[in-house]
Amino acid sequence: MENQATYNYHVVRQFAIMTVIWGIVGMLVGVICAAQMYWPELNVGPYLHFGRLRPLHTNAVIFAFGGCALFATSYYVVQRTCNARLFCDKLAAFTFWGWQLVIVLAAITLPLGITSGKEYAELEWPIDILITVVWVSYAIVFFGTLAKRKVQHIYVANWFFAAFILAVALLHLVNSMAIPVTLTKSYSVYAGAVDAMVQWWYGHNAVGFFLTAAFLGMMYYFVPKQAGRPVYSYRLSVVHFWALIFTYMWAGPHHLHYTALPDWTQSLGMVFSLILLAPSWGGMINGIMTLSGAWHKLRSDPILKFLITALSFYGMSTFEGPMMSIKTVNALSHYTDWTVGHVHSGALGWVAMISIGSIYYLIPRLFNRDEMHSTKLIEAHFWLSTVGVVLYISSMWIAGVTQGLMWRAVNEDGTLMYAFIDAVKASYPYYFIRFLGGAIFLSGMVLMLYNVLRTAFAGKAVDAPIPAVAAHAH
Amino acid sequence: MESLYLLIPLSVLLVFLIGLIFWWSVRSGQFDDLEGPGWRVLQDDDKPADTAAETKKNN
Repeated sequence: MENQATYNYHVVRQFAIMTVIWGIVGMLVGVICAAQMYWPELNVGPYLHFGRLRPLHTNAVIFAFGGCALFATSYYVVQRTCNARLFCDKLAAFTFWGWQLVIVLAAITLPLGITSGKEYAELEWPIDILITVVWVSYAIVFFGTLAKRKVQHIYVANWFFAAFILAVALLHLVNSMAIPVTLTKSYSVYAGAVDAMVQWWYGHNAVGFFLTAAFLGMMYYFVPKQAGRPVYSYRLSVVHFWALIFTYMWAGPHHLHYTALPDWTQSLGMVFSLILLAPSWGGMINGIMTLSGAWHKLRSDPILKFLITALSFYGMSTFEGPMMSIKTVNALSHYTDWTVGHVHSGALGWVAMISIGSIYYLIPRLFNRDEMHSTKLIEAHFWLSTVGVVLYISSMWIAGVTQGLMWRAVNEDGTLMYAFIDAVKASYPYYFIRFLGGAIFLSGMVLMLYNVLRTAFAGKAVDAPIPAVAAHAH
Repeated sequence: MESLYLLIPLSVLLVFLIGLIFWWSVRSGQFDDLEGPGWRVLQDDDKPADTAAETKKNN
């Protein structure tokens, strides 16, 4: 059969294209939310109110944009590094259509106000069940491909993807436990502080395994490939993997400092968050040093610029995160826009940039082209992204620290020096800069869509043949 | 507080499970060669077929 001799690029293509489209949709909703903060009159109707658009934004960028990017890259990487076609084409196709259905359902239900109210897990129980089915199929396809690999060694990127798939399954199942009342309403089986702890055990590990481990898998494949150099230290990458997954599960309580959670649990969460700095920076250094001997490529290759800048932002936010988890720092930063800035330095700087770089790498290969339609446009996209992120996070730093300081300022007699509205007024100009940064980042994505479509239409969708395994590979 | 009765056993169980997988991977020789796999990924030529032929000609 002809099918057996080629890789399944079809599903990779589908996910890769949808990554760009959902990226634009999710970031557009984000820019609208940012505009609503600056121009409150933009909060129209119940359906397009900030409170309903905000979960739509987070779900769209994390699960639609990030999710599609991860499906695309993990399917590509597992096939190329295992010298094997994806296990079960039909199931792989189901993961694509199932995942798109989840996204569309989210886009309909969230503006309607149908939500379970759990941050980053807002979708109601019927959609949660669909997610579970799609995710189990994803696991079968991925692990099935690993099982039929022609190469004995499992490349480190696959370890990261595998951990991500298993951990997300566990997190989703435990956190989404709910008792349905009607088709569109359910209540969490947990209550009060228990619910909060389970929620942030989920929330933090979603960041850890969905937004960190999985994208590190991406990094460990696409950075070496684009640079044409092997990982700086393969040994370190293996240590990085095991250290990260042994410690990540315990850091969640840092989202609940100074709450009803037992004090020792908060301290435990803080200590584990600080420990996490070591594997995170080990991985960051490993990724960047992969370029040693090929630094000159950074001058001319905008895809490499995306990948390496992503790693720099990864390093920055994995330093900022543990620092913010220290209780005394958290006393200032918690509930302020500093947190929002921190999230976006990770989300735009790390997750989006590493995905964008990887998709630029993939598109020509998926459409049988030598390179992207225009390298100049990639370069322009890179600078738009970088300027956008920097505007976003620096404005949120200033706004956040200002808010934290104003909220805690007290007069000599112990009364508060500022009303809440004073801090809002002080933040106002920075909300405009944030909006501007987001809009600039979004404009880069539009360039990307044009570039991707031009490349796709000029090329031909072909599935690459599976090369024979090299003799020295085992 | 009760959440800990769920989350801590779950996390401990998970650590043991991860430990087990780690033990298997070491025993089965996954990490015997920590140089080669890095290079092998680069040797896999994933440039599209006809364009790859062109680059070969040019060299």
